[in-house]
Amino acid sequence: MADYTAPEVLDDIIVPSPEEGATAELKPNPAVAKFMEPLGFPPPLSADMEDWPANKEEWEKAGGGKALGLSKMGNLLEKYRSLKVYMDICVKCGSCTDKCHYYIGTQDPNNMPVKRADLMRSVYRRHFTVPGKVAPGLVGAEDFDKEMLDKWITYFHQCSQCRRCSVFCPYGIDTAEVTMAARELMDSIGVGHKYSAEIVGKVHVIGNNLGIPQPALEGTLQFLEEDILDETGHEVRLPLDEKDADVLFIAPSADFFSEPHIQSLIGYAKVFHQAGIRYTFSSYASEAANFGMFMGSYDQMKKISKRIADQARELNVKRIVVGECGHAWRVAYSFWNTLNGPFDFLDPRFPVPQHVCEFTNDLIMRGGLTLDKEANDEYTVTMHDSCNVARASRMGPNPGGQFDIPRALIKASCNKYVEMDPETTHEKTFCCGGGGGLLTDELMDLRIKGALPRVTALKQVMENDGVNYMALICAICKAQFSKILPMYGIPMDTVGGVHQLVSNAIKLGDKKGLV
Amino acid sequence: MLWIVAYLVLIIFFLGFVWRIWGYIKTPAPLKIPTTPAPTTKRGVAWRLFTEVAFFHSLFKGNKWTWLGGILFHGSLALVLLRHARYFCDPLPPYFHYINIFGVIAGIVMVGALGFLLLRRYWVERTRLISAFSDYGILFLLIGIGVTGLLMKFVIRPDIIEVKVLMNQWVTLQGVGNPMPSDILFLVHFVLVLALLLIFPFSKLMHMGGIFFSPTRNQADNPREVRHIAPWAAKAEAAEKK
Ligand code: HEM
Ligand code: SF4
Ligand code: SF4
Repeated sequence: MADYTAPEVLDDIIVPSPEEGATAELKPNPAVAKFMEPLGFPPPLSADMEDWPANKEEWEKAGGGKALGLSKMGNLLEKYRSLKVYMDICVKCGSCTDKCHYYIGTQDPNNMPVKRADLMRSVYRRHFTVPGKVAPGLVGAEDFDKEMLDKWITYFHQCSQCRRCSVFCPYGIDTAEVTMAARELMDSIGVGHKYSAEIVGKVHVIGNNLGIPQPALEGTLQFLEEDILDETGHEVRLPLDEKDADVLFIAPSADFFSEPHIQSLIGYAKVFHQAGIRYTFSSYASEAANFGMFMGSYDQMKKISKRIADQARELNVKRIVVGECGHAWRVAYSFWNTLNGPFDFLDPRFPVPQHVCEFTNDLIMRGGLTLDKEANDEYTVTMHDSCNVARASRMGPNPGGQFDIPRALIKASCNKYVEMDPETTHEKTFCCGGGGGLLTDELMDLRIKGALPRVTALKQVMENDGVNYMALICAICKAQFSKILPMYGIPMDTVGGVHQLVSNAIKLGDKKGLV
Repeated sequence: MLWIVAYLVLIIFFLGFVWRIWGYIKTPAPLKIPTTPAPTTKRGVAWRLFTEVAFFHSLFKGNKWTWLGGILFHGSLALVLLRHARYFCDPLPPYFHYINIFGVIAGIVMVGALGFLLLRRYWVERTRLISAFSDYGILFLLIGIGVTGLLMKFVIRPDIIEVKVLMNQWVTLQGVGNPMPSDILFLVHFVLVLALLLIFPFSKLMHMGGIFFSPTRNQADNPREVRHIAPWAAKAEAAEKK
């Protein structure tokens, strides 16, 4: 592994001055034909893309790329009002310029949200508007050429689609929407990102991002059951593919194998055990994550999440509950009904889908669980709001439930809880630095730098309040922080799931048997 | 000649504006993407939009100085526009002289705020980096309009009666054969306004209409309760089922 140096953590988050081209060379690995074709995307023109994008010249000489890309752009502009409106109405007020964690961490001005969107906006102006055709120089219009595509590849893979910029924009311009459109356009001309394309391919064939086949999954779950039995003396079940259960549980597949994710998985199982509610995992739909969203592809997103709807019918369940994962919850909460609905075959008394935090909190409210806060006394806890949960979804009946409900769970499970700087939590939360399909090794430098604002806020409460546990509700946040924090000199076990705390605190035995 | 151009500009402005808005209306928003926490009802959404349009709520969260400059500029622009009714309407509504006084003050504030926005755009490195010629151009244009207006008010007053007749006839579509205005300052003021109207539908000034169509702001947060689907997606779905 290459050596990385984390930037210096200052006392407070500062807005650095721009440094042109600072991360221009940080590029994603391209997806070769093997990964592109199964998804219905054209292969890159050159068969061996090892030295890509150097051979883009060849790509362009063969023609097509530019014309194809522009016709795709026209198509996207007709399908997405967000894109169409956002291309037009940015007034360059600058409110978003200091809001992106990647700008703060890298200082590259193209990571200012408006500049990122301008990469597409300038092409839009040049080819789709009157002033851009008449006087491109005056309105910042630019051709869709090789250099431009090169910048697209770089900077549309330095956006984690976290939507922080959209909070502060007077028109709610959401750069994530632009990034998604740009990635969809690039895929359509054979310029894909290996990481996402490979993962989506695995979901379509095997059912989860990690490519865990059914027997391995079954083995893991059995092993965990034995583990919990040894540790607690209780027969807590982690059933797989059981028909007629009440609940189909959809976890991000990382929960089955990675640390600290697996601790939350154990937490979910204990909650179900204690509530006496029959549930099941599914091997066919063994993934909550949906990288179709990161690709910006409606069709991919729909196809991926369809497995879950199909499986809910197949297994004849009454409810669907989703585990701790940020973008997965966005797709589930905001998009499932649109993509694969209506879900009228499920029990109408419960929201579809339900977040596991909603589920557990509901049980606590109804007295269904007994929690021993002292079990977590070694921890002083703080909460990192995941961007997709915070700014793109909700929990519970009221706006803002996505902040209150996980906090209620944490506070029910431990005695010491502290908030981080309010400029970095709730709707203003900073991305972990690894979201949006960027959780890949070749972008490590970006991930480290992008984590800077969150790390700064975390260090503050670690030093001032003795915080030693940052609670997370996202599989990507968990993976990102446990990798990145050590580079900042913070132990990796400083992070863990909300249900890990629940798992520690929950008292097994004396079943209540609630539904 | 001036009046023919003036009418052409008027037509381009109206048709252009309507055409852009129509483009926003007919383009569907296929997914629910309100920036949350968001209101769950239509009424809540109307309130959210109102706070954006009237108070620039999100900008307030984002940058206090820009917010101040922006709110002063837009607020005074609104008052100035109201005050301009005196050149177009006859007779004037009775309460008009109240607006009139504020309108004069607003004229000065507007130019001041525009000057501030211009300096900020140039001096703050980040906003300088995101600005194209057109971003400065629009500010200069508005400042030009404001300054010529103030000069007419305070320094060289034109023949108000003549201006009023010309404007009245222009907006009631009876002015094609009119003579050129005799006052140079007014002529400049008027031509700059025509330039502004001309670029309006083709520039970022469309934010005035677009703000109402931004899905992150105008959608209710109720995806679990109500199924939301775009016509093109419904069509694809129907085709799939067959
Ligand atoms: C519904 C009506 C409108 C709303 C809600 C609105 C809102 C805004 C907001 C929030 C900003 C960003 C803050 C700023 O930079 O000042 C802005 C900028 C701007 N608006 Fe408006 N606006 C409206 C109508 C207009 C009209 C009618 C004009 C001019 C004829 C105009 C001209 C401008 C200009 C030039 C800027 C950029 C200022 C700069 O360069 O800093 N706006 N508008
Ligand atoms: S969505 Fe997030 S990562 Fe992307 S530009 Fe906006 S703030 Fe930056
Ligand atoms: S905050 Fe919105 S309007 Fe202002 S520069 Fe950024 S994207 Fe443009």
